[in-house]
Amino acid sequence: MNASIPAVVCLLIGLLMAGCRPADPTLVTIVSSLPRTGSAKQQSDTIVRGIRMAFEEAEGRVGPYRVEYLDLDDSTAAAGQWTSEAEAANARRALQDPDVVAYIGTFNSGAAKVSMPILNLGDLLMVSPANTAVGLTKPGLGAPGEPDVYRPTGRLNYARVVPADDLQGPLSADWAKRRGVKTVCILDDNEVYGKGLADLFDERCREIGIEVLGHDSIDAKAQEFKSLMASIKAAKPDLVYFGGTTQSKGGQLAKDMASAGIGALLLVPDGCREQVFIDSAGAANLEGRCFVTFGGLPPEKLTGKGKTFVDRYRAKYHETPEAYAVYGYEAGCVVLEAIRKAGTKDRRAISDAALAIRDFDGALGHWGFDANGDTTMRTLTVSVVKNGRFEFEEILDVDAHAEVDGADEDPPGDAAANGAAPAEPAL
Amino acid sequence: MSVQFFLQQCLIGLTNGALVALVALGYTMVYGIIGLINFAHGDLIMLGACLALSLVTAFGLATAGPTATWLGIAMLVVACGLFCGTLNVCVDRIVYKPLRNAPKLAPLVSAIGVSFIFMNIGLFWLGPSDRSFPELLPSTNLLPGDGLQFTWKDLLVLVVVVPLMLGLSLLVRTTRLGRAMRAVSQDPTAAALVGVDVDRVIAATFFIGGALGGAASVIYGLYINTIGFQMGFQNGLYAFTAAVLGGIGSIPGAVVGGLVIGFVRSLSSAYVGERWTGAIVFAILIVILVFRPEGLLGRRTKEKV
Repeated sequence: MNASIPAVVCLLIGLLMAGCRPADPTLVTIVSSLPRTGSAKQQSDTIVRGIRMAFEEAEGRVGPYRVEYLDLDDSTAAAGQWTSEAEAANARRALQDPDVVAYIGTFNSGAAKVSMPILNLGDLLMVSPANTAVGLTKPGLGAPGEPDVYRPTGRLNYARVVPADDLQGPLSADWAKRRGVKTVCILDDNEVYGKGLADLFDERCREIGIEVLGHDSIDAKAQEFKSLMASIKAAKPDLVYFGGTTQSKGGQLAKDMASAGIGALLLVPDGCREQVFIDSAGAANLEGRCFVTFGGLPPEKLTGKGKTFVDRYRAKYHETPEAYAVYGYEAGCVVLEAIRKAGTKDRRAISDAALAIRDFDGALGHWGFDANGDTTMRTLTVSVVKNGRFEFEEILDVDAHAEVDGADEDPPGDAAANGAAPAEPAL
Repeated sequence: MSVQFFLQQCLIGLTNGALVALVALGYTMVYGIIGLINFAHGDLIMLGACLALSLVTAFGLATAGPTATWLGIAMLVVACGLFCGTLNVCVDRIVYKPLRNAPKLAPLVSAIGVSFIFMNIGLFWLGPSDRSFPELLPSTNLLPGDGLQFTWKDLLVLVVVVPLMLGLSLLVRTTRLGRAMRAVSQDPTAAALVGVDVDRVIAATFFIGGALGGAASVIYGLYINTIGFQMGFQNGLYAFTAAVLGGIGSIPGAVVGGLVIGFVRSLSSAYVGERWTGAIVFAILIVILVFRPEGLLGRRTKEKV
């Protein structure tokens, strides 16, 4: 008992010293906060590899600084997915380390809600490779008060390299319409990302004349959805839409849907675009009937720098990257570019430099951040599950989307949805 | 909504409820004998499911013919039953037995501890993400027409669960062991005085409860087709609720409680909304306990002095 007291004292002193450690003038630390355990691990593994490749390409240097990378985990094994506690701890840890100048993350939009206001107080640049919930950046589209609640200082420090759901949700509905879908049942997982997306999809369906037979939220902790599927079977929809992720039971839904004998198509968003989703649903249950939308191009369709990245990734890791790997890489590149342009370790300067990027020539093509910190990239693709893999189906045309809008009179919600990025030319 | 739709939801409620009831029996038996809420029971079932998945993979059951499949399933039920039963007895010997005369809270907290240990073993065994349990049984409909869906999987649940429950009630009602169990549950000291080997009876109870759980784990894997190291918690929660609802300590009560939960879940999903199912199940639990604190089939117990 007595022996442990000096040990505790030493530990406390050590912790205090670590907290007050002076900044190293030759070093910049970049952290990422992603779910590194649970079923998102496979996806986050490839994002982390993408980030590492961006730093390796720069030979671990940016301007006068050495780059150090810290791979933090915002999930716990016990929860099997991200937790608010872990995400908040990561954000505080990054803020307290004087060498940290940028924070790459998060994967889940719900997690971003936790860390954005914390990091904003320190003006620490946050670049997300995967958040798509609209409320994080776009005024008027999310919940009341969004996105200002994430910006207590009133300044911007958050940007994302992936297109938000105000494109994905409505475009998915347009795609369904073009495929001849007349009736749809909508499900969501009651999370920031999934519910937000499902609501946008729902709204768009009603506008363009797809009949919504039902819209229900599932409990992502439930183990089976047989009753729910029996209800859906009785409603006889052409399409079932699920706003959610693999981690919020996308696989189990597909399984129960198949075993209930529902012949409808299944449309899922980018949160399910990972191999784990196919594995958890069982490839046979998805074959040819499950479609997935994704903001941006899938790895095999990338060109230029993106193709170079995929080739190098394949050579290095002997597998095709998951869809989000290139976004990790792009986030890493953007952060380095911001530090280079700022030319200082000052967090606010770096944050401002990043958000001022208007024309970036990266792996995703030419794009920039708009005034909200959103990417100007507006490409969406649909893939279908074939032979147990995602196969590219088509690029969703943003211009066609605009035309359909024009044909409509002017539903107020829709005008807002498209008002978010009107000035940027579509691809 | 049609009658057919209602019947379909009842069928789903029946199969789900039967599965919940099988798990609930493990809770209620242990509680009946030593007054312990064995919170590790759900996680014991998770470990059974791990073993079942490992066996299915090892013996390549997913690609076997129909006869071999049914034989394989029978073997799985036996193997996982033995495994879970034995494990349950071991836990009792190592963890609960030394605490037999300790205050009630001590074994309860230990049970929560055991549940965490099991969960971590499961995490090691399965890995962090959910795993697909191979579809050994086809999803073909056994009923004529397109309306009602009743597949081999649903049939399997009833084929395994109903005989096990009947067997258990026969065992408790007619055999020497059953009589001893009832005696110990009424008064362990008096039972010991008239020559019942109390420790053996308790071990047997743990074994039977665990073995039923082991059977449940196989059915669970085949019926739900997804297992994960966290499944024990949800399973345990619903089963425990079923046991309390029916009157904890009462074997028919656990069965009734399980069925009630199954029906409430499927009907509330159908007529109220999927998102409210959890809330409705627990609201009903509260209402029933307010009016019948001893549960649906429980006996009113007098506080022991």
